[in-house]
Amino acid sequence: MKTWDAIVIGGGHNGLVNACYLQRAGLDVLVVEKNDWVGGAATSRELTPGFLYSNCSYVCSLFRPEIMRDLELPRFGLQVIAYEGGAVLTRDGDYLGNYRDHDAHRREFARFSKRDAEVYDRYARDVTRQCRFIQPLLMRTAPDPASWKPRDLGELLYLGKKFADLTPEEMALTLRFWTMSISDFLDEYFETDVIKANFSISGIIGTALGPMSPGTAYVLLHHYMGEVDGSVGAWGYARGGMGAVTKALAASFQASGGTIRTGAEVEKVLVKRGKAKGVVLAGGDEIFGKLVVSNADVKRTFLKLVEEKELPDTFLRRVRNFKIRGSSGKVNIALDSMPEFPALPKDSPCLRGDLHFTDSVERMERAYDDWKAGRWSADPFLDVMIPTTLDPTMAAPGKHFMSCFVQYAPPKVEGRDWTDADRDAFAETVVSQIADYSPGFRDRIVHMEVRTPREIEAEVGLTEGNIFQGELTFDQLLFNRPVPGYAQYRSPLSGLYMCGSSTHPGGGVMGAPGRNAAAEILRDLARPDHHMSAAHDVI
Amino acid sequence: MMTVATTMAADDSRRAAQSHFRTLRLGTPFQPRLDALAKTGDWYNWAGYRAPHSLWGEELEYFAIRSQCALFDISPMTKYRIEGSDAEAFCNKVTLRDVTKLKPGRVHYTAWCDDEGFVLDDGTLFRLSATRFRLCSQERHLPWLLDSAIGFDVAVEEETESIAGLALQGPTAFACLRAAGFAGVEKLKVFDLAEFPHENGTVTISRTGFTGDLGYELFIGRDLALSLWDRLMEAGELHGIRAIGYTALNRARLEAGLIVANADFVTAEHAIRSNRTRMPDEIGLGFMIDPAKAHFNGRRAILEARARKKLRHVLVGLEIDGNVPAEHAIVYHRKNREVGLVSAAMWSPMAKRNIAIASLDLPYGDSVTDDLWVEIYAMCELKYERLMKRAKVVPRPFIKLDRRTASPPADF
Ligand SMILES: Cc1cc2nc3c(=O)[nH]c(=O)nc-3n(C[C@H](O)[C@H](O)[C@H](O)COP(=O)(O)OP(=O)(O)OC[C@H]3O[C@@H](n4cnc5c(N)ncnc54)[C@H](O)[C@@H]3O)c2cc1C
Repeated sequence: MKTWDAIVIGGGHNGLVNACYLQRAGLDVLVVEKNDWVGGAATSRELTPGFLYSNCSYVCSLFRPEIMRDLELPRFGLQVIAYEGGAVLTRDGDYLGNYRDHDAHRREFARFSKRDAEVYDRYARDVTRQCRFIQPLLMRTAPDPASWKPRDLGELLYLGKKFADLTPEEMALTLRFWTMSISDFLDEYFETDVIKANFSISGIIGTALGPMSPGTAYVLLHHYMGEVDGSVGAWGYARGGMGAVTKALAASFQASGGTIRTGAEVEKVLVKRGKAKGVVLAGGDEIFGKLVVSNADVKRTFLKLVEEKELPDTFLRRVRNFKIRGSSGKVNIALDSMPEFPALPKDSPCLRGDLHFTDSVERMERAYDDWKAGRWSADPFLDVMIPTTLDPTMAAPGKHFMSCFVQYAPPKVEGRDWTDADRDAFAETVVSQIADYSPGFRDRIVHMEVRTPREIEAEVGLTEGNIFQGELTFDQLLFNRPVPGYAQYRSPLSGLYMCGSSTHPGGGVMGAPGRNAAAEILRDLARPDHHMSAAHDVI
Repeated sequence: MMTVATTMAADDSRRAAQSHFRTLRLGTPFQPRLDALAKTGDWYNWAGYRAPHSLWGEELEYFAIRSQCALFDISPMTKYRIEGSDAEAFCNKVTLRDVTKLKPGRVHYTAWCDDEGFVLDDGTLFRLSATRFRLCSQERHLPWLLDSAIGFDVAVEEETESIAGLALQGPTAFACLRAAGFAGVEKLKVFDLAEFPHENGTVTISRTGFTGDLGYELFIGRDLALSLWDRLMEAGELHGIRAIGYTALNRARLEAGLIVANADFVTAEHAIRSNRTRMPDEIGLGFMIDPAKAHFNGRRAILEARARKKLRHVLVGLEIDGNVPAEHAIVYHRKNREVGLVSAAMWSPMAKRNIAIASLDLPYGDSVTDDLWVEIYAMCELKYERLMKRAKVVPRPFIKLDRRTASPPADF
């Protein structure tokens, strides 16, 4: 019976990134994915003829360019296209646009407040300073503060020095950023509600917190620290949907000799005397490997795939307490024509960006109140995008794919499981909000894919439907992600590693967890890592 | 569930303003005249406006400033109207120089700092009356001004779009204004301002400018802008008036030794890297600080930095050997130690010298001024010609023209 050098459980983008780096280091790697396709939360599927959906994630910015280069992803078809900002449509029939052009942006804000228009530069400066502080940490393994190993001490020193290099004002700002609510943070700059709502969005996406919850300011940074080809903070569409990312990764992996087995759900990790030896598939097949890497989230990995008796108590307790609450849903819609939004001029570039209808922080917070009560939001926050305005590959000319990210949706409805009727009612809430701003919207709908946290968990395997494989609050970041003592991609079992978004630096289609995990594995194997680029300089 | 249009409709003026996304570069109130003269079609983005680098030839435009008179559209400059019984006290708190010494009808060049003493911008403060000021600057500062106004009886309003501005600079500038019929304009001394009738309104004319030459600046409501332009161009015809773009003006300002925000220093609210911020003393604006003056923004930090010798940089004028402009060249001490950067440089036709403005790390440029060198990379037909040239610290301005200050002004 064959023994693989490494078995990666899950063909999400992080699993594939990890597998690519290991394979290119000369290991013989197998990826086992439970679905009949790869991609996890970065996938594009044609569920109705002629329309390709970005079924989960839909925009790209966090994915590290170093990884794209190392793994030759452009050669395997990956192309990310930057897009113009977007708009918040307001209840009074107007809208607030976001433009890439600095002066258009200022003039747009000045329609609502001249002061806010001019304070934007100060806001952008502060956010940029923080992003520059965090960016270099993304592609480094977090130090273990309890360790006396020279490398951990070195990394701790690096962190400490970076912090000490800040001016007192910057230190104050950094601490505020890591602890404040996005609403309080924005109050320090802006006065206009719709402008605050506009920026709050990045503080709550994918998070089971409201804009007034402490910790959400960091979530905003998490959404700003990416880039499209050097344009920091910019977002783009992956041509062909987010599945293009994982399609390219899979092709790169296979081109370097790797093997992918789809339709293969792992039921158990084989453990012998505290060491991972391989996996058992749902059908009972056993596959042996010298090491096993899990791309599944930390709860799924250690509470479902590994026998509890194999794990230390504190570790288990911390894994159980890891916050991974689902907060979002997704509705993917095929449209037979471009929807109209009377508030927006027909030639508005905002139509090619993201559209929102939540025009106040208060409304966002009320939407969160519903989540706390165990209901989906009656007046949800939507992030609506129509990538087919720029991407000709996802639908025929004139036809469109609309992606609607929906918040909030609880993992359970008032304590019980979601039903099909709940799902349909949830979809109706979404469609009716869009139709409020887009007359005739319903008539354009050809097909719809509705995903509550139930569907997201069932298909992608994201526990509770949490899109980041665990909340991005400061208590769960850096050397605390996923749990203290195990933030370096290793687990209590020798030979079992983690590489999913539950690990540092967290969720989003970023690839950094998968890459960093590969670096640690190669270090343990004493294999060279010349094929891994260091993080780009932040100058 | 909410429905749209349950609340009041957005006000019409707000809706009407949305089409700016179609015109990413606004025209100024003088745009029809500029367009007609723009033979080079060489535009750039000045704070969101379509402004000319040149109109008909940057070299010749420069000589128009120095030999006749040049008309330059300064409308994109940021302008704030500051008015109220506490306007003087407010300006005195916000800006560095002593505003109690600025009489109505006078203008001064000043700067303002954040609480850490870092320069937010420099600009000109026009005292239009006892209780009314206009602040002109490169960058935008409304939030800073509004926050600083708390507790003062003062209104601050941004008026960039509604006020048009022109600079008329050069030896025949006065002759041109006189010919245009601005009676009494000869009485204006340097940094004086006065109002003059134009059509059914008024134009504010000050004897100020950015060229180190005889010159004036004119501010007027945007409705009367075009007729003012025409009046000047007609009257100036026999005095050689020519419209010019920024490149020519930039040369004149460099000869005059004047600095430009976010070209020669980085303004505090735009500095992504916190070590790029500068205190007034570090960019040659220390003369604005009067320790005897009561509280002003940044005062404590600035005085403390002086007392504790925490200043790290100095902005100097350089005279460089040869005639190759040293734009953005690195400055070395003894040809090997990097001590600073040139932010602006040119061959000066008026001084017949190769001049530059540079920021140096102290003590270089201050107590150590010997053995300074600049490394010039001149791109010549796809090859860098690398020159190491000796640089000498010299006082600014690089040229001093008596006609700038002569009173009454010379008439041609
Ligand atoms: C609705 C939604 C919208 C999002 N929008 C964006 C966005 O626009 N931009 C962005 O950057 N991020 C977005 N995200 C977040 C981002 O998609 C995820 O954080 C990221 O894709 C997670 O990648 P991963 O590789 O770590 O894990 P996953 O994608 O979760 O991959 C895990 C893989 O493991 C497989 N698996 C699980 N259990 C087993 C098992 N037992 N046996 C075999 N295989 C198994 C799963 O099927 C899956 O393929 C979104 C996420 C969701 C859900």
